[in-house]
Amino acid sequence: MKVTKLTRPRLSAHKEPMAGRCAAWAMVVLGSGLAAGCISVNAPDRPIVIELNINIKQEVIYRLAEDAGSTIEQNPDIF
Amino acid sequence: MSHFPIRRTTLAFGAAMLSLAMLAGPAQAQRDPAYDAARAAGQVGEKTDGYLGIVSGGDAALRKMVDDINIKRRAVYAQRAQAAKATLEEYAFTAGCLAIARTAPGEKYQAPDGSWQTRGSGAPQRDPRCP
Repeated sequence: MKVTKLTRPRLSAHKEPMAGRCAAWAMVVLGSGLAAGCISVNAPDRPIVIELNINIKQEVIYRLAEDAGSTIEQNPDIF
Repeated sequence: MSHFPIRRTTLAFGAAMLSLAMLAGPAQAQRDPAYDAARAAGQVGEKTDGYLGIVSGGDAALRKMVDDINIKRRAVYAQRAQAAKATLEEYAFTAGCLAIARTAPGEKYQAPDGSWQTRGSGAPQRDPRCP
């Protein structure tokens, strides 16, 4: 006996990608010809990126500021 | 016996003059007139990384002058950075912050977005990390 599985077992909303669920529904709709609603939940499609590109830290710059200032004053020919 | 204090004074004076001369020795001369003129004309500007940059065009003589100054700057940065236990880039960047702050109105400097700006009467556009 052939069993046709129309719906997949319900999985956790966090693990089931919405696109996959929609695709499953679309297949159901396509197969049976019934209209089915697809509830979409808008989640950020882009991951939140924290910029770690800043390789020179402000505290280092503040520590060096006084020394760099006197270096500039001591070398007026090249600054 | 009577001239001994005079000789001592003369010696002390000579030593003082010698030490003065030695102190004055490492002090650098002022900017080369060509460098000064290039700055005033906006041909060269201060970059955010602590080095001098050519704003636009520039002939071989100008490029050589800028390269020459940047090599000297790099040598100074490297020496000072080592003494301050910092990296060359950190020290150069800090000096760049200060060099941009010290530009005179009319001189060119590089804004944090990389564009060349002319220093106005107000504060220059600088990196938010600048002191």
